[in-house]
Amino acid sequence: MNARRLRRRLVNGTMTALVGALSFVAVLALVLILGHLVAKGASSLDWSFFTKNPVPTGETGGGVAHAIVGSGIIVGLAALIGLPIGIGTGLYLAEYGSGRLGWVVRFVADVLNGTPSIVVGIFVWTWLVRPMGHFSAFAGSVALAILMVPMIARTTEELVRLVPHSLREAALALGYPRWRTSLRIVARTALAGILTGCLVAVARIAGETAPLLFTALGNVNFNTHIGEPMEALSLQIFQYATGPFDEWHRLAWASALVLMGLVLVLAILARWVLRSRHGAAR
Amino acid sequence: MTTVPLEPVAAPDTRWRVLRGRNASDRLYRGALTALALMLPLLLVAFLGELGASAWPAIRHFGVRFLVTSVWDPVAEVYGAAPMIFGTLASSFLAVLIAVPLALGVAIYLTEFSPKWVRQPIAFLVELLAAIPSVVYGLWGIFVLIPFLRTYVVPPLRALFGWTPFLSGVFYGSSLLAGSVILAIMILPYIAAVSREVLLAVPASQREAALGMGATRWEAVWTAVVPYGRAGLIGAVILGMGRALGETMAVTMLIGNRHDISLSVLQPAYTMAAAIANEFSEATTNLYLSALFEVGLILFVVTVAVNALARLLIWRVARGTAVGSRAL
Repeated sequence: MNARRLRRRLVNGTMTALVGALSFVAVLALVLILGHLVAKGASSLDWSFFTKNPVPTGETGGGVAHAIVGSGIIVGLAALIGLPIGIGTGLYLAEYGSGRLGWVVRFVADVLNGTPSIVVGIFVWTWLVRPMGHFSAFAGSVALAILMVPMIARTTEELVRLVPHSLREAALALGYPRWRTSLRIVARTALAGILTGCLVAVARIAGETAPLLFTALGNVNFNTHIGEPMEALSLQIFQYATGPFDEWHRLAWASALVLMGLVLVLAILARWVLRSRHGAAR
Repeated sequence: MTTVPLEPVAAPDTRWRVLRGRNASDRLYRGALTALALMLPLLLVAFLGELGASAWPAIRHFGVRFLVTSVWDPVAEVYGAAPMIFGTLASSFLAVLIAVPLALGVAIYLTEFSPKWVRQPIAFLVELLAAIPSVVYGLWGIFVLIPFLRTYVVPPLRALFGWTPFLSGVFYGSSLLAGSVILAIMILPYIAAVSREVLLAVPASQREAALGMGATRWEAVWTAVVPYGRAGLIGAVILGMGRALGETMAVTMLIGNRHDISLSVLQPAYTMAAAIANEFSEATTNLYLSALFEVGLILFVVTVAVNALARLLIWRVARGTAVGSRAL
C-alpha cells in the first residue's frame, strides 16, 4: 500500500515538473528568437537604415525606407478595406446571426481563418492582377484584407455578445430604434474590445509575405503609387535572407527586427486598450 | 360619428411596427449588415470557382496521375505532385509530433499546476510566438536553427538511430527536419491556446470529484479533465495540423525545395505551398500555371476539410465560441 502511494506521488511530482519544463521550453523558443533578432539586427539600425533606399548590390550601406513606407501603405489600405467589412460581419453575426445564414457565415469565417495565405495570394492574382495586366500594391492590400475579415468578424461577434442584454433592453424601452441601439449602445460598449480585435488583426497581417509575392510583388525603388508594384518589409526580408550576400543578411536581420518591433507594439497596444477601457467597464 | 372608431385602430398598428423594429431604417441596417456578412460565403464560392477554373486544364490533362506520379518537368510539360503532397503531409505530421507534447504541457501547466501569478505572463509569451511573422521564422531558421541542428542535434541522432532509413544521406541543412522543427514552433501557440481554452471549459466539478476521491493532482488531470475535453483537444491538434499544411514562407526557406520523395528527414523535400511560392512567377506555359493552380486547389480543399473537422470537434466542447481567434 505504501509503495503504491509513493509511486503515485512520484508520478504526480514528475508530471508536474514535466509540464512546467515543457512550458519553459516554449517560452525559451520565444526568448531565443527575439534575442537573436536584437543581437543580430540592432547594430544595423541607424538613421540611414530608416531614411535611405537600397544601394546597388555589392555596395555597402543603404536602407529600407521604401519597404517601410510600402508596408505602411499596403497594410493601411488593407485595414481600410477589411475593417468595415469585418466589423459589419461581426455585428451581423452577433445581432442577427442565430439563424441558418448566421451558422453558415460563422462556419465560413472559421474555415477561411485557416486558409493558407499563399492560396489567397494566387486567388487575388487571378482576380485582380491577371485582368489588370500588372502587379500592384492595391492587389496586395486586397489579399491582406481577405485575410483580415474573418479574424475581425469573429472577435467582433464575440465581444458584442458580451454586452449585457439589460443595456439593449433599456435603450429599446426608451424608444431607440434597433439600428441606433445596435450602433450607439451595443457597439459603443464593446468598442474597446472591437478595437483590440482590429489591432490584433492588423498586427497579424503586417508580417504576411506569401499573399504579397504575386500581388504587390516588391520594388527596388521608392514608390507610393498603389497601382504599381510596391516593396514591403516582409518581402524585403525574404529576398535578403535567401540571397547570397552578407550585406543582404545584415539588412534582413535589421528589417526583421523593425517588423517584429512594429508587430509587438501593435500587440501590446491591443492588450493595453483592452485592459484600460474594457477592464474598467467590467 | 362614424369616423371616430377608425382613429384608435390605425395608431396601435404603427406603434407595433416600430416596436417590432420594422421601420425603414432598421430594415436598411439589417440589409446592410446582411450584405456585408454575405461577402464571406460568396468569397468562398469565388475561391473555389476561380481556382477550379484555373486548374481545370491540368485536371483534364493529367487526371489522377497528377496525384500519384513524381515527375515534375516543365520542359517536357509533365507534372506529378506526389513529392509535394508527401512532403506537405510528412512535414506537418512531424511538426505536430513535436508540437503536441509541448503545447499540451503548456496548456496543462497553465490551467492546472502553475501559480496564479505566472499564468497571464506565460500565456501571453507563448501566444506571442503566433505574432512572429512567418518570414522572420524563416530568417531565424536559416541562420540559427540550421547551424544548431547541424552541430548539436543531427550527430547524436545519427549515433543513436543512424541505421534507420529515416536518417540516411548527407545533411546539408535545408531539409525536412529543419522545416518540421520550424513548423512545430509556429503551430505550438495555436495548439496551446485552443487546448488551454478547452481545458478551462471543463467544469470544476470534474476536478473536484476526482480530487475528492483521493486522486493526486496529476491523476485528476489525466483521468478526469483531459478525457472530458478530449474532442476539443483533438480539434486543437487538427487545427494546428491545418496551420502547418498551409504554412508557406518559413517552410519555403528551410525545407530545401526538391521534387523528390525521400524517407530520410535529413534530405530536402518540398511542400505544396512552397512549390506555389517558388514557381508561380516562373510558370511560363499555361499548363505549368494550371498545374500550380491544381496544387493550390488541392491545398485549399485539404485545409478547408481539416479546419472544418477541427471546428466541429472544438464546437462540441466550447460551443459556438471563436476559440483560438484570440491567439496572439
